Amino acid sequence: QKVTVEVLDHLERLALVDFRDSEGVERLQKAIQFADQLHEVNTDGVEPMDSVLEDRCLYLREDDVTEGNCTKELLKNAREKVEEYFVAPPGNIPLPKLEERETFLQGS
Amino acid sequence: AAWKGGLRFQVSAALKEGRVTPTELCQRCLSLIKSTKFLNAYITVAEETALKQAEESEKRYRRGQPLGVLDGIPIAVKDNFNTAGIETTCASNMLKGYVSPYNATVVQKLLDQGAVLLGKTNLDEFAMGSGSTDGVFGPVRNPWSYSRQYKEKSVPKSHSEDKDANWVITGGSSGGSAAAVSSFTCFAALGSDTGGSTRNPAAHCGVVGLKPTYGLISRHGLIPLVNSMDVPGILTRCVDDAAVVLGSLAGHDPKDSTTIQDNFNPFELPNLTDISKFSIGIPKEYHAPGLSSEILALWSKAADLFKNAGAKVNEVSLPHTRYSIVCYHVLCTAEVASNMARFDGLEYGHRSDMNKSTESMYAATRREGFNDVVRGRILSGNYFLLKQNYENYFIKAQKVRRLIANDFVKVFRSGVDILLTPTTLSDAVPYMEFIKEDNRTRSTQDDILTQAANMAGLPAINVPTALSERGLPVGLQFIGRSFQEKQLLTVAKWFEKQIKFPMIQLEEVKRHDHGVFQHQKSASFS
Repeated sequence: QKVTVEVLDHLERLALVDFRDSEGVERLQKAIQFADQLHEVNTDGVEPMDSVLEDRCLYLREDDVTEGNCTKELLKNAREKVEEYFVAPPGNIPLPKLEERETFLQGS
Repeated sequence: AAWKGGLRFQVSAALKEGRVTPTELCQRCLSLIKSTKFLNAYITVAEETALKQAEESEKRYRRGQPLGVLDGIPIAVKDNFNTAGIETTCASNMLKGYVSPYNATVVQKLLDQGAVLLGKTNLDEFAMGSGSTDGVFGPVRNPWSYSRQYKEKSVPKSHSEDKDANWVITGGSSGGSAAAVSSFTCFAALGSDTGGSTRNPAAHCGVVGLKPTYGLISRHGLIPLVNSMDVPGILTRCVDDAAVVLGSLAGHDPKDSTTIQDNFNPFELPNLTDISKFSIGIPKEYHAPGLSSEILALWSKAADLFKNAGAKVNEVSLPHTRYSIVCYHVLCTAEVASNMARFDGLEYGHRSDMNKSTESMYAATRREGFNDVVRGRILSGNYFLLKQNYENYFIKAQKVRRLIANDFVKVFRSGVDILLTPTTLSDAVPYMEFIKEDNRTRSTQDDILTQAANMAGLPAINVPTALSERGLPVGLQFIGRSFQEKQLLTVAKWFEKQIKFPMIQLEEVKRHDHGVFQHQKSASFS
């Protein structure tokens, strides 16, 4: 069962990563096919496992501030900044729709 | 002083006795790194800071107050660990130029012990791969490609062909670290292990590769791939050294709440002579399709070795082994999809010039920053996490994970102490052959024997065993019970002593001053 263009488009938006070319899409198809082998395994009554340390409690420390005051260092690695702010382009603008986007999927 | 009697120290002893100084050692390693540059094992060489660290170490030795066994010992760190003031790239365009503001806990611990950080080693981009061939700085070459042992066995092709053309891969993804240790440019290196990324290159490069129990060593500062499986890995030239490094790294870290809170006591490995009280399990499913007859024979010989020495050796079954790779594929891509979401260009790393909106800037940044392998896994992961797929793929894989982990529990409960398996399906393949298949296919094939230990969180170690017919290293893997590293390493050390794996014969190393390299060439530093 081939993945529909709608789902591919949806994935590109969710991941904010593009398929780039037919190879990218083919790669996904193969990945799904490969993962389908899981359905051969009988997992009736089996609980999902999140972590191998599930029988233990995660360590929680006291809510005391012990580190910080490193604004300058953290800002060093950002390309766009103003005073103590990271600068982002305007938000709340959705990615262009499939027809208007520069994406390989347009051709499909 | 922190010298413990009873351990066999070689370079450390030499440092303590003043037969060699930390700065001499550091300079020799730096010089050897330069002359083995063609291996492409290092992405960044931190020459200045390394020499400074060596000088500080020298002062301590002169005062008679070294910090411990690791004081003055040159080490290398895989480039997916944060190192303060030193570029950390993960071999990706996404982090080119990123200079960490902090040290990963494991790096800090090594520095606190006086280790000398020579540089950051090469890897597959974001540790995704089993060849160390898919990073932006190019592939790592296996030092054994240039060994007398390999060259002797190579059939010379036409005289016009570049004699370099059949160099073999290191395996991955911690190939740079494995190559660095194997070529004597450092005495120990950090790798990471999510599906076998420390053990696989260790096997191909003829070094010891230890994957500790999940939760034993802090992941703080290790750029995450799969949070529920990642562990820092240790690469050394002998098992004793791995135990020393483990001793300096293990233990609870308040900055990583997935590290267990139990007290960890560093241990010395006994010189076990009587192996008879151990029970060794041979999981039959590890006779996987594609396992070379050579390795099968070695595995069998090893089992016999244990049997003849009086240990109980029995075939056991881990029935869900063959689903481990499929399970990993789903869980890994899902966690990757989540972990890679942090790379958006806003706070660190590469940022695209695209400025129309945050969404389009993120998309362009990620388009420019990630290679095909990374993008492929992100997209697959997002697919498996879609509402319509979540139950059927992600949750399903988590259930299969429990079955895989339970397989091990059952076997260990039946009285088996240690499992003995091959580490890889074959010896290292030539690069030209490796790249004929894509990354995912290769990873699927190559991780098959190592992956399940990550699934179950168990400790596992590759011990170099013998040379293949092509003159390349082949290793065997021991898998132990959770948090029973001492037992695992004790058995591994016994095995290592029985088989006496040959030393690599490299021209480049011979050319250097023999004096210091006596220490270098001896397998252990501890």
